[in-house]
Amino acid sequence: SRRAMVRAMGLAGLLLGLFLLPAVLVSTSFRHGGPPTEPAPEPAEWELASSAVREDSLWPLPQGLRTGAGCAGVCVCERAGGGPVAGAVTSGPRRRLCFPGRYYEYMFGQSWRRQRGRRPLGPRAEPELSQLQVVIEARDPGCHSYPPLAPRAAYHLTVTEPVAILKADEVWGALRGLETFSQLVHEDDYGSFLVNESEINDFPRFAHRGILLDTSRHYLPLKSILTNLDAMAFNKFNVLHWHIVDDQSFPYQSIYFPELSDKGAYSYNHIYTPTDVRLVIEYARLRGIRVIPEFDTPGHTQSWGKGQKDLLTPCYSGEYPTGSFGPVNPILNTTYDFMTKFYKEISSVFPDAYIHLGGDEVNFDCWKSNPEVKEFMKKQGFGIDYAKLESYYIEKILDIVSSYNKGYVVWQEVFDNKAQLKPDTVVQVWMGNNYAHELSRVTGAGFTAILAAPWYLDYISYGQDWKKYYSVEPLNFPGSEKQKKLLIGGEACLWGEFVDATNLTPRLWPRASAVGERLWSSSNVTNLQDAYERLTNHRCRML
Amino acid sequence: AENEPPWGTPCTQLLVFVATLGCDGFPNLDSKENYKLSVSEGSLLLSADAVWGALRGLETFSQLVGRDENGTFYINETEIVDFPRFPHRGLLLDTSRHYLPLRAILETLDVMAYNKFNVFHWHIVDDPSFPYESLTFPELSKQGAFNAMTHVYTASDVQTVIEYARLRGIRVIAEFDTPGHTLSWGPGAPGLLTPCYLGKDPSGTYGPINPILNSTYQFVTGLFQEVSAVFPDFFLHLGGDEVDFTCWKSNPKIRAFMKEMGFGEDYKKLESFYIQRLLDIISSLGKGYIVWQEVFDNEVKVRPDTIIHVWKENSTPYMEEMANVTKAGYRALLSAPWYLNRISYGQDWMAAYQVEPLKFEGVPEQKDRVIGGEACMWGEYVDVTNLAPRLW
Repeated sequence: SRRAMVRAMGLAGLLLGLFLLPAVLVSTSFRHGGPPTEPAPEPAEWELASSAVREDSLWPLPQGLRTGAGCAGVCVCERAGGGPVAGAVTSGPRRRLCFPGRYYEYMFGQSWRRQRGRRPLGPRAEPELSQLQVVIEARDPGCHSYPPLAPRAAYHLTVTEPVAILKADEVWGALRGLETFSQLVHEDDYGSFLVNESEINDFPRFAHRGILLDTSRHYLPLKSILTNLDAMAFNKFNVLHWHIVDDQSFPYQSIYFPELSDKGAYSYNHIYTPTDVRLVIEYARLRGIRVIPEFDTPGHTQSWGKGQKDLLTPCYSGEYPTGSFGPVNPILNTTYDFMTKFYKEISSVFPDAYIHLGGDEVNFDCWKSNPEVKEFMKKQGFGIDYAKLESYYIEKILDIVSSYNKGYVVWQEVFDNKAQLKPDTVVQVWMGNNYAHELSRVTGAGFTAILAAPWYLDYISYGQDWKKYYSVEPLNFPGSEKQKKLLIGGEACLWGEFVDATNLTPRLWPRASAVGERLWSSSNVTNLQDAYERLTNHRCRML
Repeated sequence: AENEPPWGTPCTQLLVFVATLGCDGFPNLDSKENYKLSVSEGSLLLSADAVWGALRGLETFSQLVGRDENGTFYINETEIVDFPRFPHRGLLLDTSRHYLPLRAILETLDVMAYNKFNVFHWHIVDDPSFPYESLTFPELSKQGAFNAMTHVYTASDVQTVIEYARLRGIRVIAEFDTPGHTLSWGPGAPGLLTPCYLGKDPSGTYGPINPILNSTYQFVTGLFQEVSAVFPDFFLHLGGDEVDFTCWKSNPKIRAFMKEMGFGEDYKKLESFYIQRLLDIISSLGKGYIVWQEVFDNEVKVRPDTIIHVWKENSTPYMEEMANVTKAGYRALLSAPWYLNRISYGQDWMAAYQVEPLKFEGVPEQKDRVIGGEACMWGEYVDVTNLAPRLW
């Protein structure tokens, strides 16, 4: 029925401009077609988001979507000055504003007709969409800052001819809206670009929507990471949890401690230099993605010991050292001297307000075997409860990191083992057994939580496993309203034991898209059949 | 370093000696793939009975060449005598569930050669799509391909694959699976598939190939005449798996035929009726055939030189099936434990590696009838974006 009312429209020009309030209408070049010859559109048929037009295939599904009867043609014409604009564009007399030119490429660069050298067929009729205006309400749109903890990512998009309007509080919302707008533009069989009359009111359900990449089990070249950031932006993810080092290798090139990667990386070719790291952070920033680095201690640190003598605990067999090492040695002052300096660097290299400190899977066997550690336990009155030693260590690290004005995220063991945490600590729940109860306990104790347990995407299996990720309801745990508010989001994790650049992209996507919608869209968006149809189109679009 | 052996005089030539010339022919099931490789000071010698063995030896030679930290290429003194345990070492690709562009197929052939595979089992058409461009029946791909312009294999594409494979000593065995798995054939060949019925009226859906019409056999003859000419290998794979009898049972004309032929309620007999006629057609075209195990299980009368392809893991444990097939005198191919499309977490290559194809109860003559096996990469969840990392 709605299709029957669609009228193909021709086009003049589509331009993207960025404005501050008070809004100034800046029309750059466009070609006018003739005046509209059709009568005014009939009252639109308002429909719920879940039954949106198939060819729109929005992902994640916006919170509020109304599609009208009309459809506007979008013309890909030469812009003023030729070529897509990348970087900054001047609007108005003095201001230079940020502007993602890549969206021009996304919408029109992939035209399959263009790729085969065929020009669009047929004369273009009216009505036309000649402009997308982007309006940012805040005084400081945020173009030069890093995405904050809880960005105002809401946006409002109205698509009607002749001008579509994208409104957001900050640039972060505008980025999300631009992605949605690009998903609305579709190409018909004749090579014309069309967009349906729509009104979208959208905002994310959860503020923390992350992807974990592991660059220690297998090094990931920059290209993989950047491609992944692009894919994240297509799915409105906003956090890259960079699990950068671990037992197997230490690819992070530290300025204060160059030996760490000199001795701990797989090879000199398997390193992230300070320039590489800056590139990742900036590339992410331009997509509204925060980069939270994880330097996991005291366990998962074998590779640290190669470049930092005496950092790890020597394990003993009876009276003699075996030659192998365990977790970070918590009883030496040198450990904390090192950590103080190390985290000073990390705090300045990574601009995000949070650092992930790890704290998972600490094996106590080595500590238990070491006579000096045993002596220390006695002195401290810890008895034989090594969880207390672990907490002793963690608390000192937390203090160090706090002194640099960073907040921290920790894996759930740190909370489970009863370390004293600052109230703004974020606890990441990852253990699969009964994670709902863990969420209750964590939020019940007043801490913020993020959920990863049901979303370990490295655990591949045959068939459509995206459905089980999609069907997770994060708030399905016993708790009060107040507790539920403390669950700020979740992460899809792709641990690297069996993943490198040769298989990262097909393994992570589009399975992670399921998690993306779960974290952005409304809790009642659960229909698997509808999701399947939109996801198949979204996946082809991402290619 | 002190204990390093001094490099000998650099070798400049690998001498390749082949007993029987045959660079222009196609490899077949009986091709000799044995070779000898001798590396000693000043002498690199590769000798083989046939060019196919030389290809295998060349691959091995390339794996022996190393490079030290200074960039010098070296090779250790080596004596190798090598030959394959099984003559049929195949890989199945499915280009119907998802179209695979030519480059994906050619790349796969390269990696097959690195691993000494020698049969490319091209499961080219199936229910979801018909990408094979037929000269005799152009409507088949026009109506049956996902996209008749972009998702087809032209005659030229097919020849490219066959030649690329040949140069790597790889046979191309095409599978045109019938009578089931043929939904995509319907749009381009009206009247070929069985119309299903809901009570007295056609339901609008279709089932397997209609075995009771003469037109069916005319069509099949025409198509396989072409396929036999296009694909030079002696063997064709004719499919014959997973035939769903529901549609046949619903069709009144078929029920009438069953009565006429005295088949009672046993639709396996109807399936056999079709398969037998198909096999006769193929034989008359001078080709041999491979069929999936159902053809054997359903007691179709097949020629003694038929090869049975064992794929089911569970209905009968596959080792039992291997025993039964070889006991009945047929040659067997094993695929059941090697469905690589069934991915799982971790090092699942070990499970595939630990399969022992001859681990069944039987006399030596039976064991000799196991000519090899095939790793299968069915395409339900596989296309060019993930084929290579999933398969290798």
